[in-house]
Amino acid sequence: MTGLLPKLTYRVWLVWRRNFEVFTKTLFVNFLPALMEPILYLAAFGVGLGALITGTVNGGTYIQFIGPSLIAIAVMYGSFFECTYASFVRMYYQKTFDAIIATPVSVEEVIAGELLWGASRAAINGTIVLAVVAAFGLVSSPWALLVPVVAFFGGLLFASLAMCFTALASTIDFFNFPTFLFITPMFLLSGTFFPLQLLHSPVLEGAALSVMPLTHVVDLMRGLMSGSMQSFLGLTPTTMWVLAVGWIAGVTLLFFVLAIHLMKRKLIK
Amino acid sequence: MNSSEVLIRARGLTKRFNGLTAVDHIDFEVYKGECVGFLGPNGAGKTTTVRMIYCFLPVSEGELTVAGLNVSTEARAIKGMIGVSPQDDNLDPDFTVTKNLQVYARYFDVPKEKAAQRAGELLKFFSLGEKKDASIYQLSGGMKRRLIMARALINEPRILLLDEPTTGLDPQGRHLVWDEIRNLRKQGVTIILTTHYMDEAAALCDRILIVDNGKIIQTGVPHELIKQFAGEDVLEVDYDEAMVKQLKAELPDAEVEVFGDQVRVFAKEHGIFEQVIKKFPDKTMTIRNANLEDVFLKLTGRKLRE
Repeated sequence: MTGLLPKLTYRVWLVWRRNFEVFTKTLFVNFLPALMEPILYLAAFGVGLGALITGTVNGGTYIQFIGPSLIAIAVMYGSFFECTYASFVRMYYQKTFDAIIATPVSVEEVIAGELLWGASRAAINGTIVLAVVAAFGLVSSPWALLVPVVAFFGGLLFASLAMCFTALASTIDFFNFPTFLFITPMFLLSGTFFPLQLLHSPVLEGAALSVMPLTHVVDLMRGLMSGSMQSFLGLTPTTMWVLAVGWIAGVTLLFFVLAIHLMKRKLIK
Repeated sequence: MNSSEVLIRARGLTKRFNGLTAVDHIDFEVYKGECVGFLGPNGAGKTTTVRMIYCFLPVSEGELTVAGLNVSTEARAIKGMIGVSPQDDNLDPDFTVTKNLQVYARYFDVPKEKAAQRAGELLKFFSLGEKKDASIYQLSGGMKRRLIMARALINEPRILLLDEPTTGLDPQGRHLVWDEIRNLRKQGVTIILTTHYMDEAAALCDRILIVDNGKIIQTGVPHELIKQFAGEDVLEVDYDEAMVKQLKAELPDAEVEVFGDQVRVFAKEHGIFEQVIKKFPDKTMTIRNANLEDVFLKLTGRKLRE
């Protein structure tokens, strides 16, 4: 087991800091889309489409239903794109990783730093969306203060998955596959825009819960913002909390370690 | 060579990539304070050797130590005492010139104030002071090269690795880099440089290792190698089959070699050149100083594959 887990030191944060400093240099460019996107979604789907939905969704209005989804989506996109396209540019075009590996920082630390940065971007984007959603009056529980924490760990999960794809990519166009075959289906079908119970199929619900990480992040966000966890497949709310947190923790650890191994194999011949 | 302390030692050093042997059981030493050149054509194994020294590539077979530390187990300590100027431009385009040096210093745990001071000094040393706030995109090829060398020195390395430091530079840029390498050598930095330019190796290196096909085929001091393998001067003349036959038959003391469409005559004594000129008064001939290229061509028996 000790051979499987990468040896990491504080130098991981030196890599993180490099990315953070680039981010703060272009703060406005980074903040504006993160701020505008949820406003547009809430306007189109919440206010617009929501007006056509007369019944309640999970005991609330439609706009209340999609508020937490938008945070989870921002988390997914923020970290996934950071550790696919952006990491690939740093690795392949800018050769930034090669430059850092020539210093006392190890290749494992470079990748871990990239992953933690991807998670941080998710936390930043998620927090911006939380502020927007709160401004629309869609937060009803103080547990929502934990949203940035869930955003960070959910982000770490998507960053780790993304980095595995980056390790497999030989060109930047490769990312079209995971984006359209993995990210877009999750964006639409993870209990984001309609409750999964509407599928009336325990098989499909179970599939969504087991292979689509976004489902768990959406559930957690919805639970934190409303103060109560939704039930699936007859599971109690407590079981749902444990399932979501446990699923994210386990899968994140697995793919975090896998991403580092795959990238090491790619970078060190 | 200021002392006989061995800084880098390779024994049977080998690197294979998917069945291809890029470096094939080589032995060499680098002593403290010397400037050693790895000279050879593209694909000879120069860069691969350098990359193993700075622990970027794992060793396939054999032994490689830097300051007595094994590259396979002490990578972190070794990388801390080495400065690397790689062949590819891997400056950070997301940062300005000064910030590139400061961020890089942080990877070596150089304290912030010290890094700022050292960045300023290095930029001055490499004539980049006016560009300190410029973006990387605003630099010419020569400036980028010099900034990469400045970056390689930010941790005050004991050993400087320069992988093709002048490839792609114009003559002016090349000479600037040469001057700076000479300056560093005077300051006592141990330097390893790779090049496929013969004149560069002759101008900068105390000692050169001629590499071809992953093997070291000759080692020595540039001017001694030239004297030993090519003599003082070389006579060049356009290829002519009859003439080559006649020269070989009538002047057994001369070495006559054909390289493509050119015949080169190597001789220990100058008298031989006079005899050649007398025998073929109608031919246009050139007599020039022998150089490392002659050594290389004689040793490998073929043209550079550049």
